[in-house]
Amino acid sequence: MGSRTPGASIGIADPILAVRDLVTVFPSSRGIVVAANHVSFDLHPGETMGLVGESGSGKSVTCRSLLGLVPEPGEVIAGSVYFEGQNLLELSPRSLRSVRGREISMIFQDPMASLNPVYTVGDQIGETLRIHRKMSRKQARDEAVRLLDHVGIPSSRRRLDSYPHELSGGMRQRVMIAIAISCRPKILLADEATTALDVTIQDQILALLLELQRENGMAILFVSHDLGVIAQSCDRVTVMYAGYVVEQATTTALFARPRHPYTVALLKALPELAAERADGRLVPIRGQPPDLATLSPGCPFAPRCEFADAEDPSRREVSMMLEEAERGHLTACPFHAKVGL
Amino acid sequence: MSANGSQPLLQVQDLVKRFKARRPLTERMWLRPSESRYAVAVDGVSFSVAKGETLGLVGESGSGKTTVARTILRLLDPDEGSIMFDGVDIAGLSRSELQDVRRRMQMVFQDPYSSLNPRMKVGSAIAEPALVHGVVDRSGAARHVEEMLELVGLPASAAERYPRQLSGGQRQRIAIARALSARPSVLIADEPVSALDVSVQAQILNLLARLLQELDLTMVFIAHQLSVVRHISDRVAIMYLGRIVETGPTNRVFDAPQHPYTKALLEAAPHPDPSRRHTRAAVRGDIPSPFDIPSGCRFRTRCSYAIERCAVEDPAFRTFEQKHVAACHVLPFRKG
Repeated sequence: MGSRTPGASIGIADPILAVRDLVTVFPSSRGIVVAANHVSFDLHPGETMGLVGESGSGKSVTCRSLLGLVPEPGEVIAGSVYFEGQNLLELSPRSLRSVRGREISMIFQDPMASLNPVYTVGDQIGETLRIHRKMSRKQARDEAVRLLDHVGIPSSRRRLDSYPHELSGGMRQRVMIAIAISCRPKILLADEATTALDVTIQDQILALLLELQRENGMAILFVSHDLGVIAQSCDRVTVMYAGYVVEQATTTALFARPRHPYTVALLKALPELAAERADGRLVPIRGQPPDLATLSPGCPFAPRCEFADAEDPSRREVSMMLEEAERGHLTACPFHAKVGL
Repeated sequence: MSANGSQPLLQVQDLVKRFKARRPLTERMWLRPSESRYAVAVDGVSFSVAKGETLGLVGESGSGKTTVARTILRLLDPDEGSIMFDGVDIAGLSRSELQDVRRRMQMVFQDPYSSLNPRMKVGSAIAEPALVHGVVDRSGAARHVEEMLELVGLPASAAERYPRQLSGGQRQRIAIARALSARPSVLIADEPVSALDVSVQAQILNLLARLLQELDLTMVFIAHQLSVVRHISDRVAIMYLGRIVETGPTNRVFDAPQHPYTKALLEAAPHPDPSRRHTRAAVRGDIPSPFDIPSGCRFRTRCSYAIERCAVEDPAFRTFEQKHVAACHVLPFRKG
């Protein structure tokens, strides 16, 4: 497999994070699963990049690979992740720890699992501040109040002494965000950060994240399965399928003119778009998601692809290299000229 | 009232369900041990579903939508109110009297991973309800299973497999086949596609739509995803903190919401269209505790339209065109 380095990126500034040919594998009883397959993308300062895909697409694994947080027995076996001139994949665990939480922080889907149930909210925010920002107990407490205010937690001083279980899901996610931004990170990785929340609370958290971003210019990598959330919050989008990046474009271009058959199919399957069609019918993607342990070479979407169907089977043997369909709009489908909504 | 003027198949009237709080041990030992606190999960809910109709029940966590579903099926006993099913009030029926009702009303759950017994082959799981309710006998079971599998678009060979050998979408098809096995007339589906990926979700929604038509089923479809509810429902009821706040024909409610909560839900729902972005959150704050329901209108603590009257007077339902009903003192009277 050749390099899948994207062509010209559309940002003017240099990327703050450059991911190149990242390969993460999981050994399984039925063979090796390539969860992230030569994944490449850039993240620019102040930008929100969406990483979207369904279960098993490799979006979360990619996100976790960036900070060395791939769960056992998974392993990053190739690629590079450049952040401020250093390859994070080559850092010692100790150096990586000082980047993690300070320069690059992360929020997850389930704040209950990320917060320690036996410590108060104040203790947990304070811990980060004392370790990374070398604050005293008193300073950390005052700063924690300021942070809780900042993320919209009412009666913040009283909340310092609350335990996670005493808070609602939305409030817990606000606490996680307070911890994540406490060291003024340059990059925030958000892995399905609003998935477990109710619609109105998700809406509040998205608004909060984008407001924080406007204030401090951090870049956000927003991992989600929800195309609606991606459309509402991201500047650019990377679409993944079966471990591969299949398409990468600005959010506007991706939703208006998708150039990979998988993205096209995914958008057509949404009930929102069905409502806008004359017959009002949903167009499901046929077949089942692929089994990653038994993937054959070529395009993993070919068996379900409406565009591949009429073609001769040899055309399934595509390289999955990204090529430019338009300026700044990359697709892994060599037949992209025929692909569209 | 039903669309065709006949009796509704299912009619729920003033349904109330309370849950007693488990108080912390210290309180139980030292503080007023006799006084109990109740969470009012469902607080006077009324609606009806006509034969062949799909009612979408929409709400966020804590709205009481799942409690309503469980109470209709008598998996929970209602504290007050009536549940008329085909002319009989089932709220007071005994266990044995419920047998036939249970056959005719079946449920599909959100998570096909936990709603199917992992040790039971798919065939047995599908045959079981039909055998229990005497719809088929042992000799006809295999044929029945085959028929059910075909109905949900699975090959007959699936009968010999275990749930873990199937994908999420296939499992939800099995769960639907199992629900249909005893030939019910009503399906109560509680978030049946919420755990599924978009591509599979569309398959299951199309399947449900086809089955509703082919089998002339009546459905209560519970979900939090507005786009999904809009797609499948003839009418919708929007729930907030134990009450229905707005109900009516789906397109009416979605195109011209008359309750601020419905309006906020529609604004907050992430639309897959980047040109329709909003930067400010549609609604502030969290849903209040069911132990401590606000006075007057229960949405007023989060409502951007709230006036003084809202804190004092619980708004009554007001009817608009086409049996579109909402309970709000303010929004319906605003112009423009």
